[in-house]
Amino acid sequence: MSTTAALFDDHFIPVQGGSAIPIEDIAPWAVFGTLIALIFLYFVSTEQGAIALFDGMYVHEYVHDGRHLLGFPCH
Amino acid sequence: MTKSLLWRGMLAGILAALVATMFARAIAEPQIDLAIDYESAHVVHHMDMPSDGEQAELVSRATQKGAGLLTALALYGAAVGGIFALIFAYGYGRFGRFGPRSFALLLSGIAIFLVVIVPGIKYPQTPPAVGKHETVGLRTAAYFAMIALSVGGAVIAAKIRSVLALSRPGIDATLIAVGAYGAMVVLGQYLLPSVDEVPADFPATLLWNFRLASIATQLLLWATIGIVFGLAAERVMARP
Repeated sequence: MSTTAALFDDHFIPVQGGSAIPIEDIAPWAVFGTLIALIFLYFVSTEQGAIALFDGMYVHEYVHDGRHLLGFPCH
Repeated sequence: MTKSLLWRGMLAGILAALVATMFARAIAEPQIDLAIDYESAHVVHHMDMPSDGEQAELVSRATQKGAGLLTALALYGAAVGGIFALIFAYGYGRFGRFGPRSFALLLSGIAIFLVVIVPGIKYPQTPPAVGKHETVGLRTAAYFAMIALSVGGAVIAAKIRSVLALSRPGIDATLIAVGAYGAMVVLGQYLLPSVDEVPADFPATLLWNFRLASIATQLLLWATIGIVFGLAAERVMARP
């Protein structure tokens, strides 16, 4: 425990008097955030690879190096 | 409060992408260039399909290495940073009583393991010139299935741990849960299709260097998210 305290010594800060953020506060932002994230991830990982919404290869070629480096299958 | 955390997570992801882009530009891009050189030299191998060499006019290599790389990593960083913030919002105070900075670091370490290391064991990162055009659909589906299995397995393992912890020592519950995760991953990796599309004469050192650079880029991205988001979250949590 003393080792833990020495390595990670920042303390738990209570959430506005409670111990955690209420689910009702998280839920709407979870839907919004997940939706945005899926759209972003789709264009980085899959568009004009396995699936294509737009014709051509421009998106694929533009994000090409990032797609390879992030481990997504490419061409 | 979740709103504040979500924006900060996405911004931390974009900042992390900037750091990762600079690293990738210096360390990973030379490997990609070598792989593309190899591909151009072996272009007879697949004449009928567009390869990176033949597509050079559409987006120049300079753009791919610069704005393209930054855009790709920034979109990825914003996406995973946002999801990271949501998981932090849910887990903070629910999974142990860590300080915000410690908890963010812990989460980023878990994320690297679940999203980068474990899926990469079954489907390692591949440079240009590796991978057949015809199988990209299968490979994409299999790769996403592997990530889903890894993350889903971790969620199930966490449930197992919390149930077991009611009746036995926490350390035993943790060990059994980790074992269950390992068993799920091994079974899934056994069942998912194998992909072996590295050309026979592709340089082994280049493949190794590319994978190392790819993993290091992602480690840097996640580590920066963990550190930067932790600092931001601490300020949000301290607000009255």
